[in-house]
Amino acid sequence: MHIPTVAELQARGEQPELLYWVGCAASFDQRAQRTARALAKILTHAGIRFAILGQEESCTGDPARRAGNEFLFQLMALKNIQTLNQYQIQTIVTACPHCFNTLKNEYPDLGGRYTVWHHTQFIYRLIRDGKIKLKPISSEALQLVTYHDSCYLGRGNGIYDAPRDILQALQLKIVEMAHHRSRGMCCGAGGAQMWKEEEKGTTRVNIARTQEALDTGSRTLAAACPFCHTMLYDGVKYAGKEEEVEVKDIAEIVAEHLQ
Amino acid sequence: MLLAQILFVALLVTAITRFSRMVRKIRRNILLGRDERISGDRWQRWKNVLLLAFGQKKMFRNWIPAVLHLFVYLGFIIINIEIVEIILDGVLGTHRLFLPYLKGVYPVFISAFEVLAVLVIVACAVFLIRRNILHVKRFTQPEMTRWPRQDANNILIFEIILMLLFLTMNTSDQALQMHHAPHYVHTGRFLISYPLAQEFSHLSNGSLVALERGAWWLHIAGVLFFLNYLPYSKHFHILLAFPNTYYASLDPKSRMPVMESIVPEVRNMLGLPEEAASDGSSMPAHFGARDVFDLSWRHLLAAYSCTECGRCTAACPANLTGKKLSPRKIMMDTRDRLEEVGRNIDQHGQFVDDGKSLLNYISEEELRACTTCQACVEECPVSISPLAIILELRRYLVMEAAQTPQDWNAMFTSIENNGAPWAFPPDQRDQWTASL
Repeated sequence: MHIPTVAELQARGEQPELLYWVGCAASFDQRAQRTARALAKILTHAGIRFAILGQEESCTGDPARRAGNEFLFQLMALKNIQTLNQYQIQTIVTACPHCFNTLKNEYPDLGGRYTVWHHTQFIYRLIRDGKIKLKPISSEALQLVTYHDSCYLGRGNGIYDAPRDILQALQLKIVEMAHHRSRGMCCGAGGAQMWKEEEKGTTRVNIARTQEALDTGSRTLAAACPFCHTMLYDGVKYAGKEEEVEVKDIAEIVAEHLQ
Repeated sequence: MLLAQILFVALLVTAITRFSRMVRKIRRNILLGRDERISGDRWQRWKNVLLLAFGQKKMFRNWIPAVLHLFVYLGFIIINIEIVEIILDGVLGTHRLFLPYLKGVYPVFISAFEVLAVLVIVACAVFLIRRNILHVKRFTQPEMTRWPRQDANNILIFEIILMLLFLTMNTSDQALQMHHAPHYVHTGRFLISYPLAQEFSHLSNGSLVALERGAWWLHIAGVLFFLNYLPYSKHFHILLAFPNTYYASLDPKSRMPVMESIVPEVRNMLGLPEEAASDGSSMPAHFGARDVFDLSWRHLLAAYSCTECGRCTAACPANLTGKKLSPRKIMMDTRDRLEEVGRNIDQHGQFVDDGKSLLNYISEEELRACTTCQACVEECPVSISPLAIILELRRYLVMEAAQTPQDWNAMFTSIENNGAPWAFPPDQRDQWTASL
């Protein structure tokens, strides 16, 4: 399967209906790359004419901005907006809530206006519209799952239902953690924490959060953000449960059950 | 009677003058903040005022305190109607001025106020127990030093006293009515004070009048004293919760506002054409916020609106895992610093550099612990955003003070050179597609 870049399409005089904004994590992190591949599979399965920017994609600037480096953020944002506008991109889907938030809520201030979807919203729509067919889940696979709300998706943008609706469409049984939806607890990576050591405390945020997830007794911890994914996975490893408990992006779970 | 009226008017005028002078001072302090225009849906803003300030919507994320707070809140709003009568009686030398106009409805109204007064007493008593005996965690955290705790207790005890005085006044009044004392017109029975009056009916008319007048004067004097206590107290939220919910940001919580002042420079660096004339915003005194002057007046208004309930801190993942950051402390520090600046201005006629800033109150360690998860913003019953202040201070630390953790510097360099926060070259960006 070949994923075309927007530049390739343009050379053929074509325009994608959807740009898949991959984001740094899904581009470079081995675990998050699985999410990238899963989403690509789903979009292909649904017959969506999509493309990526490939090597022309660049960090949205979110971590720089949250750390306080507005200068660097604007530099990245203006460069990305130039690229996107040059290709006349209108609709974007991304599997990263941080990219989602920046593209959707922050680029308009600098002249970048697009329709932006988070992949859970987009996938749910594909399921609802019958564009993708899901395999019925075999009884062994029918197991409990808990969903970790990403801050930038939930509190940030009010997207609580789409990820849960997808899991329900797969006939999985969701067990909620002590903190969920608008009270969901951070994985500890946001605000550029991903790129530095946590400040001194009694425990690490991801360890506290993963414990809540493990307390549900779920075998699958579903995430919808590559950073949450990494943090929860590290938490599961810390708890010595990596043999029993899997951390998966919603897109991965869906891709595994495509008919 | 005339002497009493003159005394009353003097008390009233003094209290109101003093209060308005304090309010003007607070207004001046708030306007020390950076100018920020308010845009966006006015209807949505009013809706927020109705739902959050009037409707207490967010309070109900936490049931027990919400119900108790509702009693105190309704008590406050409704008993103010009674205060209008008390003030008019005091000025005009009348007694129960509204009675002839309301007739049979009057005792119904007063009975409702009395029920609320009892509920306020119950709620305040439970609040005192929660704070001083049960030690609910959010009331005992490090930023809850002596004054914040004392302030909370002062308010609760004061409200209990005011309500007890109100009930005493009505009880002695009802007893006097039973005795057909002159001047104490027949009002009909009040729900709480009538049964109590039976117990007091053995007292002489003289004692009852002394009790009634005493309670009446102490009650209204107490209310006026309380009014003047507000500007020094976290309890000022009963006034500022309303404008604060109106002016609070309507943006998605995860949206960070753009720093307009540097846009032309960045565009210039990229060789982009100058945008059509900007709104004339000039370079700010600082990149981000070093002190209260660099924050928006909206943030300063929020600092005065904070009632230190600590719901933000109780939900903060950094705080929950033992880090120094407490969003409530961010708001308390902002207000403390602003008050300090205000006193400086009172003393010198204008602000004279005191060699301090907001960063003397809020440490780098606190600011660095924030994951920008917006839980504090979500929890605040009156739409305060500690996060907005944290982000402004971070901007100052990184862009101006160059106090950046080494790891973040490495991340910045990577983004600048490789277009990614990790040191991966851009030509590896699409390698994930190879194994599809």
